[in-house]
Amino acid sequence: MEAEAAKLIGAGLAAIGAGLAAGGVGNVFGSFLQGALRNPAAADSQQGRLFIGFAAAELLGLLAFVVAMILIFVA
Amino acid sequence: MAGESGKIDPMHQFQIEPLAKLDLFGYDISFTNSSLFMLVVLGAIWIFMAGGMKRELVPGRWQMAVEGVTGFINNMMSSSIGPEGKKYVPLVFSLFMFILFANFMGMMPIGIVPGAHAFTVTSHLTVTAVLAVLSFGTVLVVGFWRHGLHFFSLFVPHGTPWWLLWLIPLIELFSFLIRPFSLALRLFVAMTAGHVLMKVLAGFVINGLNAEALWVAPLVSLPSFILMIGITLLELLVCAIQAYVFALLTSLYINDAVNLH
Repeated sequence: MEAEAAKLIGAGLAAIGAGLAAGGVGNVFGSFLQGALRNPAAADSQQGRLFIGFAAAELLGLLAFVVAMILIFVA
Repeated sequence: MAGESGKIDPMHQFQIEPLAKLDLFGYDISFTNSSLFMLVVLGAIWIFMAGGMKRELVPGRWQMAVEGVTGFINNMMSSSIGPEGKKYVPLVFSLFMFILFANFMGMMPIGIVPGAHAFTVTSHLTVTAVLAVLSFGTVLVVGFWRHGLHFFSLFVPHGTPWWLLWLIPLIELFSFLIRPFSLALRLFVAMTAGHVLMKVLAGFVINGLNAEALWVAPLVSLPSFILMIGITLLELLVCAIQAYVFALLTSLYINDAVNLH
């Protein structure tokens, strides 16, 4: 396989990670909404934790993007 | 995006171009488009703050806006650190405002002026890394100032079983040291990814309109354009969320330094 083709295939594979992170972020907000609908009074106080979870889940998807960009433009 | 051969070049927007060449002892300290936009961001924050700090007895709209932001940061600090959080409000507020305004400034449609290009300051790792080092350095300074060498007890959470004492501090140390990287990387990549995505979609729209075959424009350009409107709104949301997340994580890290575990 040519090196260039291998790079592009690797970048495409890295995009799977972005999709999985989408699942993670969806899970964070979905679970928050589930809890918030059960106990709306407690929802506002947990918004900080919601965004911490969002940030942690999102970071891994962004790392997948970094891998793809490094493969395409740097490697 | 250069017009030649219609090739989409989404990375060109991140190019740093010197506007005025400057040289100091052999180091290149040119005034670049990045520095220009930092000054624009600073000016925008200045105008925003100056307009709302007149301390009127009955606050007008502008003062309410400024007080809303300061109150938001104030609440965040006191809820995550406690009464001692007040001391760190200026730092976190400055970080939050700079990131927020820089993110939004990069989204401004400055490109409609011929020859002008919007530049997102926070889409460069050098800038976000300095911001992250500011936040991380504050944690180190505050932690060692307040607790001295006792600060290292941060790496041994309460209730660690003795037979895990070899592993837990290692993991805690690792997660502590990775904080500045995750802070800087998150902001930088979120901004870069969003702008690359928008530029690629914009390329679809323009290339579709320029295509020889007539069916391409309604079939490719129009859906891309509609999608782009949605993505732009999402990007604006991401801009605000990233600034908020940066400030929130900074406040949590400072909480670690102030109160240990």
